[in-house]
Amino acid sequence: MEILIAILVGVLYAAGVYMLLRRSIVKFIIGIIFLSNATNLLVFLSAGLVQGKPAFVNSTTVDASQLADPTPQALVLTAIVIGLGMVVFILALKYKYFEITGTDDLDQLKQTDSHP
Amino acid sequence: MNSIALPLIVPFALAILLLATRSDKLSRWIGPLGSIAMLLVALFLNYQLQQQGVISLNTGGWIAPFGIVLVVDHLSSLMLIVSSVIAFVISLYANQNLSDEIPLSRFYFFFFTLNMGVNGAFITGDVFNLYVWFEVMLISSFVLITLGKKKEQLEGGIKYLALNIIGSMLFLAGLGLLYGKTGTLNMAHLAEILKNDHQAALMNPSSVLFFVAFGIKAAVFPLYFWLPSSYHTPDITISSLFAGLLTKVGVYTLIRFFTLFFVQDQAFWHNLLLIVAGLTMVSGGMAAASYYETRRILSYHIISQIGYMIMGLGIFTPLAIAGAIFFTIHNMIAKTGTFIAAGLIAKIKGTYELKDVGGLYKQNPLLAILFIIPAFALAGFPPISGFFAKFMLLKAGIESGQYLITAVALLTGFLTLYSMIKIWNEAFLKKQPEANTVTTHVKLSFADYLPLAILAAASLLMGIFASPIFEYVMEAGNQLFEPSEYINAVLKNEAL
Repeated sequence: MEILIAILVGVLYAAGVYMLLRRSIVKFIIGIIFLSNATNLLVFLSAGLVQGKPAFVNSTTVDASQLADPTPQALVLTAIVIGLGMVVFILALKYKYFEITGTDDLDQLKQTDSHP
Repeated sequence: MNSIALPLIVPFALAILLLATRSDKLSRWIGPLGSIAMLLVALFLNYQLQQQGVISLNTGGWIAPFGIVLVVDHLSSLMLIVSSVIAFVISLYANQNLSDEIPLSRFYFFFFTLNMGVNGAFITGDVFNLYVWFEVMLISSFVLITLGKKKEQLEGGIKYLALNIIGSMLFLAGLGLLYGKTGTLNMAHLAEILKNDHQAALMNPSSVLFFVAFGIKAAVFPLYFWLPSSYHTPDITISSLFAGLLTKVGVYTLIRFFTLFFVQDQAFWHNLLLIVAGLTMVSGGMAAASYYETRRILSYHIISQIGYMIMGLGIFTPLAIAGAIFFTIHNMIAKTGTFIAAGLIAKIKGTYELKDVGGLYKQNPLLAILFIIPAFALAGFPPISGFFAKFMLLKAGIESGQYLITAVALLTGFLTLYSMIKIWNEAFLKKQPEANTVTTHVKLSFADYLPLAILAAASLLMGIFASPIFEYVMEAGNQLFEPSEYINAVLKNEAL
């Protein structure tokens, strides 16, 4: 299971980086989404996968080996929400930029870097 | 003890209050008064710190290292105080000079959430919590940078946002790997676990990810390209706020991480930090020299100065770390000061282009004096703050035999001086160019000068009263260099 998810993380990172390097802003945003999901999976994976065990203690189980580590689950949950917020903001920003300039081409974003 | 949470609660409550009232008239008062409240809280925490030593709070009643801890040590406390001074000054400046297109209540809402993120990053003792505060800070800054909704602001915003989001993801990835290897995210607990760790090869993947992530936020070479392409686009008030606070949070986290727990592979890291520091200084300084637009010059200058702070971390002696801290607080004040001065020049002349302005020395000698103090502080003239900060760093460099970086730091001083003299010559000394007679005849009032005067006075006083500050930062440096007090305060020596 670990090896499968590790490969998936790698593929997602590769796809994300590939998309980041495209010229279109929308593809760039899709790249960000890939990277964000790859990172979430990486956090989940590196903390160790536990199959079929709950993350919470009830009145009967107190043995740690019967439990999954709740911390990475909480971390990933928080990170997913933050990632969602960021993607929504960047989409809104892209929409606003498109409204003003009518372009989706990253190469048009040279104005703030050029010598006046 | 619960007062540690106040630097978070105060800005949060103020932001909610602003959201509820939505009145620009009221926010004119809420801004500065709220900033004073943050300053008072920071000073109170510092008083408590002097009384009791390092203070920590286990939030939600979870015992460290299981819950999130908030910790205030000398470095955090100093950064809290200086950042709330910056916040206060910026709020005074914003009341007077924020462009009319941006509603004050909206600006202040994000201003306070930004400050909450910054304060949170300074006082948290948990790596994941730090990530969350970084995101709070980032999302507020994304909104602030694009508030004007102009084309170049949106463009700068996209660049700023893209690179910083990638930085955040690297941060998160590093954090995940760190948790996988150590099973904890509490900084003090990490320090205790990694103190006697000799498997540097295992830790280096996460420390590299952290270094790149914080390097992007701190704008070090070669990760700084988002900064000069975005910092000159928003309203000058917002640029000044960012110049004073944001990159320094990156520097703070670098100092915290690489003194507290990433200390295994010192030979590799300190060399890397010194190389990065040297290149950051020189490339920032050279780029600044090639521009004739005040905001762009000053933006590149932020980068150049970050190099000095990283240099202190790379030399890694108590004196060098103390020097880096001194340099950071001096730079927050002086840098914000020069940005505000640039804003005032533009207010009088209507442009940031140095070629189109001139004759300000005759027209407005007070502004000239108030500009030259933070500018010379940056260049490192005695007896202003920058001189002592640089002196500490250079002395530490020579003492530990790092002659190359010391020489680079000295020479970069000339580049800084060149840029500052350029602004001085072009804006103040030379005659107003005839071809571009700008017709704005704005008279600056007392309220316009006040924020700049506060910062100039702070720079000057930090130079004159350098010895108590020196003692304080030495204490902070020693505390970072010998982190047992921090670790004990957080873990309270309970059996783990």
